Amino acid sequence: MTTVVHHETTIDAPEGLPIIEIVREFDAPPSAVFRAHADPELFARWNGPRSVEARIDDWSCETGGRWRYAAVRGGEEVAEFFGSFHEVRPGERIVQTFTYAGFPDAVSLEILTLEPLDGGRCRLRAVSVGDSVEARDRMIAAGMSSGVIEGYEQLDEFLAAAE
Amino acid sequence: MTDQLSRAFAALADPTRRDLVARLAADGDATPGELGEPYAMSLQAISKHLKVLEEAGLVTRSVAGRRRPVHLEPGVFDLMTKWIERYRREVEERYARLDAVLGSLEVDERERGVS
Repeated sequence: MTTVVHHETTIDAPEGLPIIEIVREFDAPPSAVFRAHADPELFARWNGPRSVEARIDDWSCETGGRWRYAAVRGGEEVAEFFGSFHEVRPGERIVQTFTYAGFPDAVSLEILTLEPLDGGRCRLRAVSVGDSVEARDRMIAAGMSSGVIEGYEQLDEFLAAAE
Repeated sequence: MTDQLSRAFAALADPTRRDLVARLAADGDATPGELGEPYAMSLQAISKHLKVLEEAGLVTRSVAGRRRPVHLEPGVFDLMTKWIERYRREVEERYARLDAVLGSLEVDERERGVS
């Protein structure tokens, strides 16, 4: 039986800067967290929200590669996202661009770094750099709409099943 | 509520307006003339910025008195803090799902090691 421990997530959205920084620790080594981001099948399992299925249309997680996936709810495509993998360093770092196809003028640069910690654990740091403060705030707004409506029941269910 | 927040964020997308709000937060109520002093900007331009902030519900102007100082409304900032808090919750849920996936990965690896 695996007991899943959820660590605290810190989010910093500095006033006046188009940046979001997220720091989170995981009870898994950098190699495993990297794999959960790089492998499209694994990525689709946790990216969420739960009511939305990720249909991966294109995915080559390597330096110079690209990605594209659609969010599908009840068999219907609700949103599409795409970008490039600028630099991929297995177990260490993924640098990619991110665009919501519904708003193609906005692009953000996503810098993910994995730092090994003692005991086979790791610290994930995800920095998102948008092209304007307004775009950054829009991104936070988009997070709100899916997160609140989603609720916690499905998450509890999923976690119970995983254990 | 979402509309009000959208207006608030749109109003604060401008660096001059963010600065005006920051100064009202630090120094308290001030007249448009006092607020405009540090800028190489006409009083008309400052008034335009203040109008945007007022429409977003971020500031109010007192009706009484000749000075009619600009007053910062703290309520909207509470809403915005809650908004970011909700975003944080969504990110937390996402990483809780990643925890679960990582948990199952470790089981896979152990199984592979045994066979």
